[in-house]
Amino acid sequence: MADRSFEVARLPGFKFIAISAFVLLYLPIITLVVFSFNSGQSVALWEGFSFDWYGKAWANEAVKGATIRSLIIAASASAIATTVATMAALGTTRRKAFKGQTFIYVMINQPLMVPEIVTAVALLIFFASIKVATGYNGLIYLVIAHAAFCIPFAYLPIRARLEGMDLTLETAAADLYASHWQAFRYVTLPLMLPGIIAGAMLAFVISLDDVVITEFVKSGGQDTLPTYMLGQMRRAVTPEVNAISTVLLALTVVMLTAFFVLTRKKD
Amino acid sequence: MTSEAETKAEAARTRSAWLLSAPALVVLLFAASGPLLIVLAYSFLTPGQYGNVIWEWDLNGWIGILFTKDIFDGTWGLADAHMTIFWRSVKLSLMTTAITFLVGFPTAWFIATRPPAQRAFWLFLITIPFWTNLLIRTVAINEVIRNEGLLNTSLIWLGVISEPIRIIYTDTAVLIGMAYVYLPLMVLPLYAAIDRFDMRLLEAGYDLYASRIRVLRRVILPIVKPGIVAGSILVFVPSLGAYVTPRVLGGGKNMMIGNFIELQFGQGRNWPLGAALSMTLLVVVMVALLVYVRAANKEGNPHG
Repeated sequence: MADRSFEVARLPGFKFIAISAFVLLYLPIITLVVFSFNSGQSVALWEGFSFDWYGKAWANEAVKGATIRSLIIAASASAIATTVATMAALGTTRRKAFKGQTFIYVMINQPLMVPEIVTAVALLIFFASIKVATGYNGLIYLVIAHAAFCIPFAYLPIRARLEGMDLTLETAAADLYASHWQAFRYVTLPLMLPGIIAGAMLAFVISLDDVVITEFVKSGGQDTLPTYMLGQMRRAVTPEVNAISTVLLALTVVMLTAFFVLTRKKD
Repeated sequence: MTSEAETKAEAARTRSAWLLSAPALVVLLFAASGPLLIVLAYSFLTPGQYGNVIWEWDLNGWIGILFTKDIFDGTWGLADAHMTIFWRSVKLSLMTTAITFLVGFPTAWFIATRPPAQRAFWLFLITIPFWTNLLIRTVAINEVIRNEGLLNTSLIWLGVISEPIRIIYTDTAVLIGMAYVYLPLMVLPLYAAIDRFDMRLLEAGYDLYASRIRVLRRVILPIVKPGIVAGSILVFVPSLGAYVTPRVLGGGKNMMIGNFIELQFGQGRNWPLGAALSMTLLVVVMVALLVYVRAANKEGNPHG
């Protein structure tokens, strides 16, 4: 060991800190998942394996309602965000710089820059006055709020896909007397589809995970899974929270793995 | 002749770009950018008795950020409670940035110096927590450090302590939580900077009899500085506006700006103050992001 050859890139202690960082990064998440299968009440004392807390969570009407609401909002919001983001991506890529391009970019990326709490407060004020004026309190407010902050997440993968696409194929279609619509429908759209699916999945995950904006925009009885969990954190924590977290976690990991497979560059 | 046709085609292209972007812009204007203007307007109005506002011009929302009126003699003084919250927010955000740097730099260096085949794996390990729900990660930390949590239970079981150490609902808990949830935001830009670093410079340094610490200080750190600036801002910005982490780990007492803003729209019933605070936070964050953009551009062009 003592006469080990001199490694230039080695810095003393760095490896130890790095490995510790990885352990500390994963230990709490793994603990959270493990204790969702605990048979007892504790989130720290192991008493045996069971699926009880998953059953209890699903039997809980509040959790069931929140799950359905989360899925409805995420599905509608990601559908809206992906549709408008696809159109915007078609409009803003593969053309020379045009007047107002920067403005459109800034607008689309704006939800990534403004602190979430500020957007949440802004939507609270704005929607509260609409709610008072119309007397309507439905889920649509949450759907629109989610759709807005999902747009940049849907837009970026679609735009990346479009920019990497071969323009000659569309020219070939036009040469073969395809109309604009036919060229789009049979050439462009199938080629950009992986980007669209990737964008939709990212938007879905982002909507599913949102806490802050939902917490401020929701009316009474409109808890989503994350806001339900946030409410529960004020009380004594039982493995029910772990069970809900584990399901959300699993859903995120599955969607993201699919996302990475779809956007992987073939080289 | 041709130039006129070109101008026409150009105009048509611009029009189609705008038409195709219009639906996205409408959604964003309605539920993202537009409402920010309403917040700005509300910051200049009079608070209503039961929340909301009265449409009368009033600067007290802005003045109230720093000053408070004495309820007995009506004189204005510095708002100590607000100062405590601002100071806590800035202090905890700076400390979070420092901790994530001290842990994140060695981690990024470790990943960048792995054999190329292994690098993707280590990067993936950093990326998963980055994409995992922030609330879930905060809940996970909460369950580790709470009084009856894993840390205390294990230490008591081992006989190290007999009473649980109270970490939860303190500034330390918020600090641990923020460092934990924002660490990936520091590692990723640092990795990007170190990955481009030319390791031959290290050999040159050592050939000239520099010590490791000297090479680190005089060669590595100056060259990866844009990455350090980028990572620090990416951590500092969400820390300053944090809402979930201080709420779950800090309890009701250890508020940060985000929770203080919420309070104004809840029990505080002072919407103009909340609106003015939101605008202040927005401006601070925008300035930080401008610095970030400049640092990112510098990194793309190291001799610029």
